[in-house]
Amino acid sequence: MNIFRKDKRKEIKNELPLEVSNNTSTSNKGSVKLRVFRVNAVQNPNDIPHFDEFQVPVKRWTTVLDALLDAKSYQDSSIGIRYSCRMASCGSCGMKINGIPRLACYTKISDLDTNTITCEPLPNFPYIRDLVTDFSQFFNHHRSVMPFMQNKKADIPNTNELTEYKQSPQDLDKFLQFSYCIKCGLCYSACPTVATDVKFPGPQALSQAYRYFADSRDSDKSNRLKIIDTNHGIWRCHFAGSCSNVCPKGVDPALGIQLLRSHLLGISKSEKKIAQLQDRSTNTYREEDGEEQIEKEDLKE
Amino acid sequence: MFLWRGNIDMTSATSPAKRIDNNNRINREGLRGWLNPLRYGWERVSYWFQRLTGIFLLVYFIGHVYETSSLVSGPDAWAAMLEMTQTIGGHLFLILVIGASTFHTVNGIRLIFTESGQGLGKPGRPDYPYDPTSLNNKQRSGLWIAFILAAVAMLYGANVLFSGGD
Repeated sequence: MNIFRKDKRKEIKNELPLEVSNNTSTSNKGSVKLRVFRVNAVQNPNDIPHFDEFQVPVKRWTTVLDALLDAKSYQDSSIGIRYSCRMASCGSCGMKINGIPRLACYTKISDLDTNTITCEPLPNFPYIRDLVTDFSQFFNHHRSVMPFMQNKKADIPNTNELTEYKQSPQDLDKFLQFSYCIKCGLCYSACPTVATDVKFPGPQALSQAYRYFADSRDSDKSNRLKIIDTNHGIWRCHFAGSCSNVCPKGVDPALGIQLLRSHLLGISKSEKKIAQLQDRSTNTYREEDGEEQIEKEDLKE
Repeated sequence: MFLWRGNIDMTSATSPAKRIDNNNRINREGLRGWLNPLRYGWERVSYWFQRLTGIFLLVYFIGHVYETSSLVSGPDAWAAMLEMTQTIGGHLFLILVIGASTFHTVNGIRLIFTESGQGLGKPGRPDYPYDPTSLNNKQRSGLWIAFILAAVAMLYGANVLFSGGD
């Protein structure tokens, strides 16, 4: 079994596209066997999980989602699958493909180097039907780390006052990659700690905690750190790295978690300087105490 | 897009039957998630070995306490207990203990650094193909060192145990 991450830039060994048979004979040339996990856990309490098999024609660029939709369109319309954007942006089509959590729309069959594709629902997410899983708990964990900006100086209710935060590109780089999370749940399903600890927030939520912790516009870090600094919180991560390995967007949750932990341990000092709020109507900066205002020209000097 | 639509092949109920708990529709991997280390790269292998060696050393520690407690029964009992380690099986077990303790120690030091954010790199702008910064060779080299030192320690231990260090 290949345990190494496949280099996606690698040239496909066989440059020729998989041939598609032009007749309707029993030839399997240019096709793969799709094994799809089937269950109807909500509507039928006694349903027994099983795999249905479909022979699906493929080309070199066919993704697993394409193959599933082909099977759904032409062989069994009852296949339950959740998808939307088909371009790894919405995070809806996460599933376990040949034993590894992946996005179906982002996984080409030709990259899997096998003629049998097994699709199962994401582990650690309760079943709903077939490949569709319940994300309620996942989103609850996400909400629990307060994934939003908290800054008492922000005067959002006062719409007459146009304000904005000034943030340098260096400050942006500190959290930008974590903001690319599409909440597909792949990291959550790959995490060995999530597999055994229901209360563990998981890599997604913890990396989002770091994302807002590192954001210079956010000034309320203590409450967020209190939430994750618990018995079932950030200390349950053992750096298995699986979350970063399966992330389709380069978020690298493991990095965020370890950096956050280094702050909790006091090894890394927070160098975050809270961004200044600029009143665009008067072109002035507001000091952190919210009382004194400095003319923009004075600030430059 | 697809030209060929024939050969519908659908078979059902081929996998071992498993009832779902429909009250909560549990789909957690549980310990099964730990047992296969070969799916997610070397850090997962490291995680698996660290757990495995940790449990093994815990079992050894309990056995070791039991072994040394035989001292209270006198020198004869102690000598009889030591005889158990003078067999081929006993030697192999001790070699495993040497390897496990070496790996667990060295990899543990690596994890102390990585889990406190050291050697993982800095956040940046991810670019395709999105190689994770944290899974870099810098921290991974600690894993190679742990494996190499464990192997060297086991070889040395085997040499001492089986040939008296000659």
